[in-house]
This record gives sequence, C-alpha cells and structure tokens, in this order.
Amino acid sequence: MIAAVGTTSYLLLAAALFAIGAFGLLVRRNPLIMFMCIELMLNAANLTFVALATQLDDINGQTAVFFVMVVAAAEVVVGLGILVSILRRRPGATADDLAELKG
Amino acid sequence: MADLVWLIPAFPLAGFLLILLFGRRLGDPVAGYLATTMVFASFVSAVLVYFDLQSMPTEDRETVVTLFSWVPVGTFQVDLAFLADPLSITMCLFVTGIGGLIHMFAVGYMHGDAKFSKFFLYLNLFVFSMTLLVLGENLLVTFLGWEGVGTCSYLLIAFWHTRESAATAGKKAFVTNRVGDWGVMLAMFLAFSAVGSLSYSVLNESAETGELAASTASAIALLLLIGATGKSAQLPLYLWLPDAMEGPTPVSALIHAATMVTGGVFLLTRINPVIAVSYDWVPTTIAWIGAITALFAATIALAQNDIKKVLAYSTVSQIGYMMLAVGTGGYVAAIFHMVTHAAFKALMFLGAGSVIHGMHEEQDMRKMGALRKFMPITAGTFIIGWLAIAGVPPFSGFWSKDEILLFALADSTPLYVLGIITAILTAFYMTRQVIMVFFGEARWTSLANDDEAPEVADGEEPAETHNAHGEFKPHESPPIMWIPLVVLAGLAAVGGLLNLPKLFGIPNGISYELEHWLEPVIEFGEADISATWAYDNKYVLVAIAVAAALSGIALAWLVYQKKRIKPWEPSVFANGWYYDAAVSWFMGKPGREGFQLVTDFDAKIVDGAVNGVGVAVTATATEARKGQTGYVRQYAGIIGIGVVLLLGWFVVIRGLL
Repeated sequence: MIAAVGTTSYLLLAAALFAIGAFGLLVRRNPLIMFMCIELMLNAANLTFVALATQLDDINGQTAVFFVMVVAAAEVVVGLGILVSILRRRPGATADDLAELKG
Repeated sequence: MADLVWLIPAFPLAGFLLILLFGRRLGDPVAGYLATTMVFASFVSAVLVYFDLQSMPTEDRETVVTLFSWVPVGTFQVDLAFLADPLSITMCLFVTGIGGLIHMFAVGYMHGDAKFSKFFLYLNLFVFSMTLLVLGENLLVTFLGWEGVGTCSYLLIAFWHTRESAATAGKKAFVTNRVGDWGVMLAMFLAFSAVGSLSYSVLNESAETGELAASTASAIALLLLIGATGKSAQLPLYLWLPDAMEGPTPVSALIHAATMVTGGVFLLTRINPVIAVSYDWVPTTIAWIGAITALFAATIALAQNDIKKVLAYSTVSQIGYMMLAVGTGGYVAAIFHMVTHAAFKALMFLGAGSVIHGMHEEQDMRKMGALRKFMPITAGTFIIGWLAIAGVPPFSGFWSKDEILLFALADSTPLYVLGIITAILTAFYMTRQVIMVFFGEARWTSLANDDEAPEVADGEEPAETHNAHGEFKPHESPPIMWIPLVVLAGLAAVGGLLNLPKLFGIPNGISYELEHWLEPVIEFGEADISATWAYDNKYVLVAIAVAAALSGIALAWLVYQKKRIKPWEPSVFANGWYYDAAVSWFMGKPGREGFQLVTDFDAKIVDGAVNGVGVAVTATATEARKGQTGYVRQYAGIIGIGVVLLLGWFVVIRGLL
C-alpha cells in the first residue's frame, strides 16, 4: 500500500499544503484563519519529515515531527490566548487593524 | 633634627586647618595671633634644621624626608618628599621669619575687617604652600606649592572682592600666572621623558655627569624660565604684579614683594646645573630678560603717584636684578639679593601700609608730605629701607646689589651698564617717594579743608573716608604694627653681614658666609669670575655703585626737595610704556578676532561635524522606519521572499544539492 504511493507524491502533497498555507497567511485578514494557515504549513513540513524518514529508514525524521507538534501546540496556546484577549477588547478586528507599532 | 623638616610646612597647615574649623569663633584678633604663632613656630623649626645642617660636614648637608609615595605609576615614581639643604633652608628661614613679622603686622592692619579670620586663613595657607614650594624634593611637589601660592595670591589680591578693581586684578594675576605654569608643566614632562624622574637630585645629577643633552637642558631651562617670568613678574609677563597692589598691604608685602615672587628665581637656582649645561645663549637670555626688566620697571616707577605702585614696580625691577644674577651665573648673589630684598621691601611695604593706615586709606603720594613729624617710627624705618634699596653703604642692599653688578660686568659690559643705570634710577625714584611721603610740605592739610572731595583712587568708600578729612590728622600705628617695622629695619640695615666681600680689610672669618653655606647646592652652576677684570678691580666697582646711588639721591633731592629742577615725569613712564594698554588693545582687537575665529571653527566645523552625523542618522532613520508598516501579513510575505532568496542563493550560487 505504502509502496504504491511513492515518496514523491507525499512531497508534492506537502508542497501543495505548504503553498496553500502560505498563500492563505498572506491574503486572509482574519487572525484565526491565519492561524489555521500556519498550522497547515507546519503540518506540511511534518509530512515531508515523515515521508523522507520512511524512505531513508531513519527514525530521526519522525522524532523531529514530535518536536514540531509540541512547538505548534505551545504556539497555539499562546497565540490563541493573545487573540482572544485582543478580540474581546476589539471585536471583529482584522490583522491589518493591529498595526499600532508601525513606524 | 633635620628629619623634622616636615614640621616647617606642618605648622602653617595646622594653623590653616584650625582657622578653617574655628576661625569664626576665634575672631578678631585671636585668629591672627594663632596664625602668627604658627608661622613663628615654623620659623623656629627652620632655625633648628638650620643648626642641624650647620653641624654636619659641608658635603653631607642634604637630607631627604619622604612622607609617602604620592604617584606610583609603573616607572613613574613621585614621592611627597622634602629636601632639606642649604638653599631650601635659607628660603624657609626668610619666608617664615619675614612672613611671621608680616602676620604680626597684619593683626594690627586688618583689625576691624569683617573677614579678619578669613584673611589669616589664606595667609597661613600661603605660607604652607610657599614652604612646600621651596622644600619640595621634586618638580611636582614644588609645582604643588607653586600652584598653591598662585591660588592664595589670587584669593588675597581679590580679598576685597566687592571692589570691581580688586576682583579684576585677582583674575588678571591668576590668568597671567597660568601662562607661566604652562611652561613649568611642559618642563616637567620634558624632564620626565629625558631622565625618567622629576626629582631634583636625579635631574641635576644627570646634568652634572653630562647625560643630559645640551638641547634638552636648554629646553627645560627655557620652559622653566617661562614659568619664572610669570611667577617672578618679569617681562613679558610682569603685568599682573602692579595690579596685585589691590590686595591688602600685608599681602603685597608678603606675597608680592618678599616671598612668592622670588619663587621663579629660586626654581632657576634649584636647577642651576641644568642651566650650566645648556647652550650659552640660554643663561644670556635669562640675564638680558632680568636686566631689561630691571631698567624697564625702574623707569615706570619714576612717574607713579600711588605709594604702593612705586614699590610694586620697584619689586619687578629688583627681581630683574636677581634674574640678571642667575643669568650671569651669580646664584649666591641672586639668593643674597633675594634675602636682603625680602627684608627691605617687606619693610617698605609694611611702612607704606602703616602710612596708608595712618592716612585713613589714602594711597596717593601727592596728598601726603611731611609725615615724618606724625609717624616718626614709620618714617625712620622706611628711611632705612630706602637707604638699603638705593644701595647706600653699609645697608644691606648695597652689598647684594654690588655682588650682582660684579657678576654682570664679568659677563658682559652692556649688562653692567643697564644695571648701573637701573641703580641710579632706583635711588632716584625711592628718594622721590621718601620726599613726597615724609618730607616737604603737608599737602593733606589743604585737602582736609577743601570742601571739594579729592578724586578717589579706586572709587571705593568715598563718603566715609572723605568726610573724615575735616578733622583729619595722620597718626602713628599701634605697637603691633611698628614692632615688625623695627625688626625688619634692623635686618635691612645689617643684612649685608650675610655675605660680606673681602674688601676694606674684612677678615676671612666673616666674609662670604652665604656663599660657603650655599656652596654644595650651587657650585656646579656658579660662574667662576676670579680671572676677570671686574674681579681684580672691585674697588672701582664699589666706587661706581656708590656714586650711582648718591647721584640718584642727590638728583631727586634737587628735583623734589629743593625744587631746583622741574620734575620730568613723562606720561609714557606713568603709563608703563603703554605696555599694559598695548596688551589690552591686542587682546581686545586682533586677539579677540583670533579667538572669535577659533570659536567659529569650533562652533561650525567641529560641532558641525558632530551634529552633522546626528542629523544624517536621524534622516536615514526617518526614511527607514517607513518600512515598518505594522501589517503582519506584509512581514510574513517578506519573510517568505527572504527564505526563497536564501534558498535560491544556497542552491543556485553555492551549488548545494
């Protein structure tokens, strides 16, 4: 089953996911959607790790995935916390509205 | 006993600290008595050290007392050390001895002054600094004292600082002295780089052994000469001394006649081996500066009407004689004249102070006259001082001036001629002063009845003084003021005993005492004149000197007492050859413009460069901050582009993969 789908396909899928995530991050203004896009990019990276770990038969790639997941979870915790407090104060704010520190 | 040399500066320092802490409580006159006692205690210490040195063999008469290591920086070692040798102890003896007498006089003179204790505070600090100056074992300790006396001089000239002219005179003295101090500092740097030490013993030793190159020695000697012209009020830096007469008269006597102003001559004597190994023109320069200053100041003194100004220019002139002696290698003569001059000039300044006191703060000699009937002691002692400075035998000035003229003639005839002309002028202007003050008709009586107030010399306290002129009568000063006068008159009369020449059958035992005493210090630099014409014909020189003195006195007598000849006092003399005015003009016009240029250069070029950097940074930053839009998505995009570019660089250019 695994052999039927080659590593190249996984990598193409990962590249497509990453491109979608990056595009979404650049064009959407809703902070929550932007978050989801970041998650998409992180998981695209995870997919390349796993695919290559399997192909090279190297456990290190899978180990790295766990690190990325933990970091992503931590990031979500902090990021969502900030988002909630911002939106509570300014309901409906977009990412472009949050530009107080501009030069 | 010689180890206790540190006591000499310690007593005045203790007096300074005590008056600093308790001066206000001690008040008038206890603070003055305390200060006087301290200076006399210092004098007693100096006498004890003197006898101790006297009991040693001649070549061992040198004790160094190190208190502590002052500046230990690598190879640069400076100790706070005192050098007790014949030269420094001679200086200490007359500084503290005459200083003590002047303190005593000042107790009477300053009585009733609002800042009485502060006056003695400064005076004791001055004596401390002066003893530090002369006792210093290295140039830095001497420089400490040098600056100390300069500061005290400033504080005391401007003692009555509410008077505009006094404050200005103080500043003038301070600034002029700084020009000289610059020379001393450079000399110190040079001495350190040349011999690696500031100690006199090392410096003089290297000169005596020939290690010190003639060029370096000349540079050190000339730089110290700049310092000496500042401190000892010689051309071209003499300007501050006549103005320094704004200070209280005891200050003029102590600092600006007897002690501080001889500091420059002392310093040059201290380094006499360095001068000896300099190029020949260096001592010649010193001698000519001295001789020209002596004549220059004497001509100015001819036409002064302020009793203290005459004495001030006379001081400049007499120190010119000392410089002349130093330049011609007559160090003993220089120190000898320094000591006798300290006695008779202090005497005359205090006498002038007594006159000013008795005349209710009047300083203009045109408003005096016939005072000998009212102030017999002041007049009598002043006349002794006059005979001493005029060079009438057997008073002290005759012996010391004669010795200087001997060395001058042995060196060069033009110097001798300048010296003799100065001697005639000295006798002339001092006689003029004595006649104007103590003889002739009493010009103050007419003033007293004159409703029109006489013009006030310095614009001070016009109302009180001149209202008092109505029932005005000069009076003799109290004993605390005339006792120092009598003692100093005694010294001025017999001071010549210090260093009698072998003339007139004076036996060996009592001649050239000072020379034998100072010999260990000055033998390297002292000129040998025994083979010159002047040395073999001393009697001729004595005759010429006496003739010069008597002709000056006689001429002045004819002009001012007998009034046979009309007085000739050209305004060029009265205005000091317009030297002061010329300097003021130069500093006011081209000098100020020059300084303005420097200021502009600083404001526009130097500050401009600094400010320009700031402006450029601000402008760049103002532009650069526009890049910070605050749009998170834009930042993310830039990061993305950056990553792509980096990757492209690694892959395409570096060829990884």
